[in-house]
Formats: sequence, structure tokens, C-alpha cells
Amino acid sequence: MLARRLVPHPIISVLLLIVWIMLVNKVTVGNLLLGAIFGLAVPVITAPYWPDRPTVHRPFKVLEYILIVLWDIIVANVEVALIILFKPNKKIESHWINVPLELTSAEAITVLAGTITMTPGTVSAMLSADGGNILVHCLDTDDPDSVRADIKQRYERRLKEIFQ
Amino acid sequence: MEQFAEILISAFLVIAGIFGLAGSYGLVKLRDTMQRLHAPTKATTLGVGGVLIASMLYFGLIRQSLSFHELLISIFLFLTAPITANFIAKTFLAQNVKPEDIPETDRAYGWAVYEDPPGGTGVEHEDQRGE
Repeated sequence: MLARRLVPHPIISVLLLIVWIMLVNKVTVGNLLLGAIFGLAVPVITAPYWPDRPTVHRPFKVLEYILIVLWDIIVANVEVALIILFKPNKKIESHWINVPLELTSAEAITVLAGTITMTPGTVSAMLSADGGNILVHCLDTDDPDSVRADIKQRYERRLKEIFQ
Repeated sequence: MEQFAEILISAFLVIAGIFGLAGSYGLVKLRDTMQRLHAPTKATTLGVGGVLIASMLYFGLIRQSLSFHELLISIFLFLTAPITANFIAKTFLAQNVKPEDIPETDRAYGWAVYEDPPGGTGVEHEDQRGE
């Protein structure tokens, strides 16, 4: 019980510690200690500015998600570079795609929007006024429906497992 | 060993250069703002990423010291690139695109650039996301 009150967000604390170590670029006892103090203090101090922080239910799903997205970013880079270099402008068919969202938490939607922008041929442009849809611009596709299905199946389903 | 490391580092630098060039070329070549947005958000990620990996390999293999700063740079890049892209896209939409030109939401509320969120003006946008 006391541990929960002292460390309300263990994952954020660990992340802060890791980022601190990477910033100072040297692993020493002093740095670890200072990083740990930051990791404990910052979540507590910032708690009033960020109410209803989401809790991550399955940390290993986060790792899986990060690996999938990293791989997709590499594929996206190659695909977009090939389109830019070798496809004549006239043949590039861009589409606006409306993707209805099942996610409700603001944090989950933010992660999804970021993922869409970083991955194959798509940029997230805006949300609907109530946050229930996301407007995606697709650089080059002849089948907008499959892109929508892909986003929902590949990313949104996993984010739902992580955040809800 | 040293030579192998140097070849590896050079390879990453060359790959990064190619992707950076492709991304910049895309900025010039593509037709409109939304298409141009695709070039810097993607092709450049691997461009910068390649340089960072090369830098990490150089410090790890040749200088024999670990450096984490490159990892931090890529994390911050992944966090900020989509947000910048989103800002540019929204500004473009607000200034140049009419609501008729993009697909409907098929729901009670339209797109955020053109319509107020449920229960108020755009000021308290994030807080008022209703069910």
C-alpha cells in the first residue's frame, strides 16, 4: 500500500531513470541515485497537471508494439523513397481516409496518430470534433479500404489491448 | 576488425545519405502540401536514423566507449516528427481544404478543424472529449 503511494507510476519512474542515465551518458552509482530520485519525484510533482493517467496493463505488449512499429518504419521509409524516386507524379494516387476509432483514451489516440504518421504511406491529419474518427492522408494506394482495415487490425487492436 | 567496423559504419552513412536525399527530393518533386508531408516524415527518419546508428557503432567499436545520446535523439525524433506533421496538416486543411473535399465522419460530429467539440468552443478541446 505504501509502495503504491510512493511509486504511483512505476513505468514512468523507470523510463525517467533510463532517460536520465542516457542523458548523462555514464553509469555510476551517483547518477543512478540521482536518476532514481527524479524518477520518484517527477511523477508525484506532475500528477496534478495530468489527471487520469492511463495504466499500462501488459508491459510485454508494449515491447511487441514498439518492435512492430520500428520494423514498419523501416519498410515505410523504403516504400516512400521508392515512390518518390521512381513513380511519375501522375500515377501517384493520394486519398483521404476516414478511420473510425474504437479507442477512447486521449493517450492511446495520440500514440495511434503518431504511429500512423511514421508508418507506410500514411499521415494522420486530424480528429473529428468528438475524437471518434481520425482523418488519414494516404500517399499512394488504389484500395483505401484495405489501408483502413490494416490500421485497425495492425495498430488499433494492439493499442486497445495495451490501454484498455 | 577495425576495417570491418569502418566498412559497416560507412555503409550506414551511405544508406542514410541516400534516404536523406530521397526525402529532400520528394519535397521538391511531389505535387501538393499533403503529399510533400510524406517525404520528410518518413524517408528522413531512416536518413537521420542511419547517421545515429553509424555514430553509435563508431563510438562502440572504434572508440570503445558506449554512447546513449544517439538513442535519445531517435526517441525525441519519433516523438516530435508526427506532431509537427500534424500541425502542418491541420493548418493546410484549415486554409486550403473545404469540408466537402474530404470524407464525412459518418457520425454526429464533423472534423475538428471545422466544428466545435461537444459542449463548447475549441478552447477546452482535449478535456471535453465525450462518449
